[in-house]
Amino acid sequence: MTEFLIACGVMAAIGVILAAVLAYADKKLYVYEDPRIDEVEALLPKANCGACGCAGCRAFAEKVVKGEIAPGKCTVNSEEGIQAIAALMNVETGAEEKRVARLACAGGNHVARRRASYEGLLSCRAAALVSGGGKLCAWGCLGLGDCESVCTFGAIRMDEHGLPVVSEARCTACGDCVAVCPKELFTLHPVSHRLWVACRNLLEGDKAEADCEVACTGCGRCAADAPAGLIQIVEHLAVIDYSRNAVATPAPAERCPTGAIVWIDEKAGPLKGPDAKVITRKTPLPVEPAGLAMAGKDRS
Amino acid sequence: MAMTAIPGLKRLWRGVHVPEFKDATNRLPIRRMPFPPMLIVPLSQHAGAPAVVIVREGQEVVRGEPIARAGGFVSVPMHSPATGRIERIGLAPTARGPLAPAIYVKPYAAASQEVLYGEPQDIENMTPEQIVKAVQETGVVGLGGAAFPTHVKLKVPEGKTIDTVVVNGCECEPYLTTDHRVMVEHPGEVLHGARIAMKAVGAARAVVGVEDNKMDAVEALRRANTDSSGISIEAVPAKYPQGAEKLLVKVLLGREIPSGGLPADVGLAVFNVATLAQIGDLLPRRQGLIERVVTISGPGVSRPGNYLMALGTPLGFALEQAGCSAAAASVILGGPMMGAAAASLDVPVTKGVTGIVVFTHQAANGNARIFPCIHCAECVNVCPLHLNPSRLGMLARKGRYEEMEATLHLNDCFECGCCSYVCPSHIPLVQYFRVAKQMNRERKART
Repeated sequence: MTEFLIACGVMAAIGVILAAVLAYADKKLYVYEDPRIDEVEALLPKANCGACGCAGCRAFAEKVVKGEIAPGKCTVNSEEGIQAIAALMNVETGAEEKRVARLACAGGNHVARRRASYEGLLSCRAAALVSGGGKLCAWGCLGLGDCESVCTFGAIRMDEHGLPVVSEARCTACGDCVAVCPKELFTLHPVSHRLWVACRNLLEGDKAEADCEVACTGCGRCAADAPAGLIQIVEHLAVIDYSRNAVATPAPAERCPTGAIVWIDEKAGPLKGPDAKVITRKTPLPVEPAGLAMAGKDRS
Repeated sequence: MAMTAIPGLKRLWRGVHVPEFKDATNRLPIRRMPFPPMLIVPLSQHAGAPAVVIVREGQEVVRGEPIARAGGFVSVPMHSPATGRIERIGLAPTARGPLAPAIYVKPYAAASQEVLYGEPQDIENMTPEQIVKAVQETGVVGLGGAAFPTHVKLKVPEGKTIDTVVVNGCECEPYLTTDHRVMVEHPGEVLHGARIAMKAVGAARAVVGVEDNKMDAVEALRRANTDSSGISIEAVPAKYPQGAEKLLVKVLLGREIPSGGLPADVGLAVFNVATLAQIGDLLPRRQGLIERVVTISGPGVSRPGNYLMALGTPLGFALEQAGCSAAAASVILGGPMMGAAAASLDVPVTKGVTGIVVFTHQAANGNARIFPCIHCAECVNVCPLHLNPSRLGMLARKGRYEEMEATLHLNDCFECGCCSYVCPSHIPLVQYFRVAKQMNRERKART
């Protein structure tokens, strides 16, 4: 019986001592944290996408509470969420213009020629490391869908011609597709940037068009039709100066012969001008191993 | 060191025995190829800064004349491969993919292959610094495939001493026989180049490592190695990928190059035989590197051979000369293990191209279905650097690239392809690793 009592007593004593240590540590090591951080965080989408520039939603919430960033800088959040945070913190919503990822290529497999067929790991990254992939255009989209698989918001889907289509509604401008694209075709743009050059091909006119039917040939019609200084032809490619975006209209896209320059409508997507050549082909273009087949024919 | 002295133990324990397919070309003498209608000389054929153009469009150039100067210390000049006219300076397709600046040289119809440019120079009395400079002027880079400027390797890093020059004559890739033929036909130049390299780095001895499937090359080198200049020729049992410098050094001398280190860290300098042959040939005549030996072989070629071709010859022309069969389906630059498929036949032959291997559809087999990893550890058994390709591959699939580098030594992988070769599930491991390395490089560049 005494052994039992001693054991109980020792256990109780240890319990009391440890409880005292814990009670002391709780006071001594206490870190004050603004309870509002948790409240703000609860109102965030918790996508941890990093589009705001902070390392995750918690860091964003801390900055909001400190007043360093406006709630509206979170472009992923819903309108109600932003307003709830603004009301909670009693600050302006600080509306950030929504940004989306835009693809500078329109060369689906029905218009862009291929010089070789790629076999191997089905990833643009891997294909780009094998001689730049099979596309004739060295700048064009490889169409193997790395961007589609990296997008956590389901905003990118590959269309029937192997070209990614970005949903403006779903895109949060997190920048994952920008980082993954081996050809660096994605850039983040405010949605108000509606005039868009969907091409990166730097070759001159005929050569660019030989690569791809919708390539920018650098003809300069768009530059002539646009307000002065909005569009410049740099290295056979139309380049839009978005600092002058306020004066942009669909007019420069109207006379584009290939349809490389488009006006991206919120509902209807990219709209080509009436002068753009009409692409009726639906099937993929065949691979044209021009040299290899020729060299073979010579010998047979 | 004691262990390697026992006969039979001096060998590569890991790696794989790949079918060699060298019989088609290893007895064929080196032949000259005619000039193509247009030569394309890219400004960046080497590792390091691109060369800088010093000619203008329309200018006439003589075979061997410099047409671009080195763009820095880790860079080499380019020389005109033919007498002719600079047609234009513009973008040209490259083996890596993106278009890159190049000089188009149109050879004159009657241009001969004789090199008129250059003047003899006395290399016996040169200081090591002068040799380094003279080698840079020749434009010679590592001709084994890596195309790293040779003069940079000849300059001994500060605080390091080099006691031995290792000459790499392994050529372990299937199909390729360029180094083999160079050793058989030009052993004197190889040894001369080795002596120049020994002088530049201050080494007292040199070891030539040749795989024992090329005993005629070993014989030729031994016959030519008459004076007592400290060069020894050793035959090592053939196995892939013995031609990697880290592995050859381990096999020949028992020295291990540390992870992320250079041969200079263990007192060595390693050069390819073809590189040294070019130095031994060009340096005394003060000429530039304008041609190289390229093996054209494979089931898709009707006249395989070892061709001495002008740098800048487009692949299409080279294959026409070698007789590309109608069934040809894929063209590999370099060997089939480490080489890369070319996506365009307008790509020119550059300084780093060791061979052109043409496969037919049956042989290429690029679309084999990928099965899940069954953890058989075949890849772990063959990896010559003792990495764990299976685990690396699984991390790569999940996109955990940083972890691969931090904990599993991704950057030690030199992409020999043994793991992909033995994988029964056809997992393209090397492709995964190449992607992972590039993603890591890009991330570091961003931050």
